[in-house]
Amino acid sequence: MTEKRNSFRNQPDESGHFGDFGGRYVSETLMPLILDLEQEYRKAKADPAFQQEFEDLLEHFVGRPSPLYYAERLTETLRESLPAGKGAQIWFKREELNHTGAHKINNCIGQILLAIRMGKTRIIAETGAGQHGVATATVCARFGLPCVIYMGATDVKRQQPNVFRMKLLGAEVVPVESGAKTLKDAMNEALRDWVANVHDTFYIIGTAAGPHPYPELVRDFQSVIGREAREQMLSRTGKLPDCAVAAVGGGSNAIGLFHPFLDDPGVQMVGIEAAGHGIDTDKHAASLTGGAPGVLHGNKTYLLQDEDGQITEAHSISAGLDYPGIGPEHSWLHESGRVRYLPITDQEALEAFQLCCSLEGIIPALESAHALAALPRLSGEYDRDQIILVNVSGRGDKDIFTVAEALGAKL
Amino acid sequence: MTRFEKAFGKGHPALVCFITAGDGDTAANLDALVEGGADVIELGMPFTDPMADGPAIQAADLRALAKGTKTADVLRLAREFRERHPDIPLVLMGYANPMIRRGPEWFAAESARAGVDGVICVDIPPEEDAALGPALRDAGIAPIRLATPTTDAKRLPAVLEGSGGFLYYVSVAGITGMQQAAIDSVDQAVSRLKAATDLPVAVGFGVRTPEQARDIARVADGVVVGSALVKLVEEHGDDAPAAIRNLTASLAEAVHNARKETAA
Ligand SMILES: Cc1ncc(COP(=O)(O)O)c(C=O)c1O
Repeated sequence: MTEKRNSFRNQPDESGHFGDFGGRYVSETLMPLILDLEQEYRKAKADPAFQQEFEDLLEHFVGRPSPLYYAERLTETLRESLPAGKGAQIWFKREELNHTGAHKINNCIGQILLAIRMGKTRIIAETGAGQHGVATATVCARFGLPCVIYMGATDVKRQQPNVFRMKLLGAEVVPVESGAKTLKDAMNEALRDWVANVHDTFYIIGTAAGPHPYPELVRDFQSVIGREAREQMLSRTGKLPDCAVAAVGGGSNAIGLFHPFLDDPGVQMVGIEAAGHGIDTDKHAASLTGGAPGVLHGNKTYLLQDEDGQITEAHSISAGLDYPGIGPEHSWLHESGRVRYLPITDQEALEAFQLCCSLEGIIPALESAHALAALPRLSGEYDRDQIILVNVSGRGDKDIFTVAEALGAKL
Repeated sequence: MTRFEKAFGKGHPALVCFITAGDGDTAANLDALVEGGADVIELGMPFTDPMADGPAIQAADLRALAKGTKTADVLRLAREFRERHPDIPLVLMGYANPMIRRGPEWFAAESARAGVDGVICVDIPPEEDAALGPALRDAGIAPIRLATPTTDAKRLPAVLEGSGGFLYYVSVAGITGMQQAAIDSVDQAVSRLKAATDLPVAVGFGVRTPEQARDIARVADGVVVGSALVKLVEEHGDDAPAAIRNLTASLAEAVHNARKETAA
């Protein structure tokens, strides 16, 4: 057979579309730059020296591979309320053990190497919780490039420790006063900076969204998560997981975990969206469950919006999930049915956060706690010899103030 | 002859004026632009996330949305403008999402019914033309494209393909309302563009004063002024029409006579 078999892993097409989604919805000023970036990325991808430098930094600077861990007590606890024989084994992919405490750094290493390859001398980025900002500031310090981080003024206030971290690392943090002063507005401002400084500036986008080729290249850099997990799973258990679960903000940790498994029909996949106060309220961030397709920030994808196409504000207790859109590949995987997407509320995430702390000795990021919160429900769908693999995308040190406030504790 | 051909065929450069729909007393602002001598009107469709705009137009969009401006209001303003001013070309300018929300065909048909002549969509480059371009062309509306300092000779044909009305040269790489380009670079760019197209070339971004407008009108077919007018609405609110009429009149006088002064 010479015919290429149907695959979920050969997106996007040449024009950067994942089915109907993705694309390059940017102003003309940025278009030549984006075409340039795509060309440069193709070359880098084919260049063994680039790949080697990327892998070397992941190993010695980031601390990869991240462990694969059997969460025994969580597994047993979930089984207690299930019928006999039910309750999958829960395994964690430990991205929270990476340098800077989340998966975000994988992508930043890849993009800064691209920036250097393209001769760019100044880096900009947007950040919500500050995790991507910290990861970007980190690689900029490591490579000696000046760095400007745009962050909504509201987020600057609620994420002071990360703001200080970025400053220690040498970044300039610019509070964005427009709109609701959160992640979406930070991204608008980063795009405004970029369009005025295209000649020397590289924009390190923090998730698998934005104009082509960003969703593709961020996915490729983050796919190290799924590739490692696949190998680790096979060597530890001799089989692939039956289900892979990850939280979805823009979707980078999720697509990084999922992509290497997409063509394994035995591996079911579940992406978790932030349902905030509930998807039947107007305070959530579940763009697939509660949104509709549209165009924002350079790509076509599911968005929270009104009947006129005005973007509505997202809400989640987790700043990293507090965004009204989602990466275009997830929109495509959603419509194709390959990945199932479930909403998890603030309250459910808080409960899972505490459960993970007390049963496993791991303080997860609130983003990751959304993925963990789906386990009580998912675990019962599987037998005891089956495996659910969860991406613990980040650690929760950054979130202790938010959690303390939500639980009514005084620090 | 289309309204665009008439507007750019008056024997002098054209003044193109932008204001945001739903900001201030928009109908009166539009009338003030016409009374002041504007040759082409761009009516901005407010959007929650105007990422190609500077602070002045961002604030105008938010003011308009805060007042509850809907797409239906923008179309109504356009339709009523057309009833009052049968000959002045009217362009809707904005972002993709509000334009395609109900489907590109819906937007194109409603715009045509309202008497709109052209549409500028900031975040649909030629590469994504299919998202809106075919619907506009089928409805007889000109998709007006932007060329920028980063549009090289290789891309220019793609930018021009399927475009109409006029070509909008964005003279600086940046957002609206910020710095102004050096006139020499504008001159060179316009010559390059005019060698590639028969469409009139209008130049904008950062033009504020009659002096700047006159310099550009010496080398271009049209001059676009936006943020400076929008700022007047910010300052004067519903009383902006008088100030808008005055600024437009001094801009029009500078633009319309720019070539005469050169000859003198
Ligand atoms: C730990 C962690 N997980 C997940 C996310 C969500 O982003 P993404 O969906 O791109 O993985 C963030 C974003 O800040 C994060 O910090």
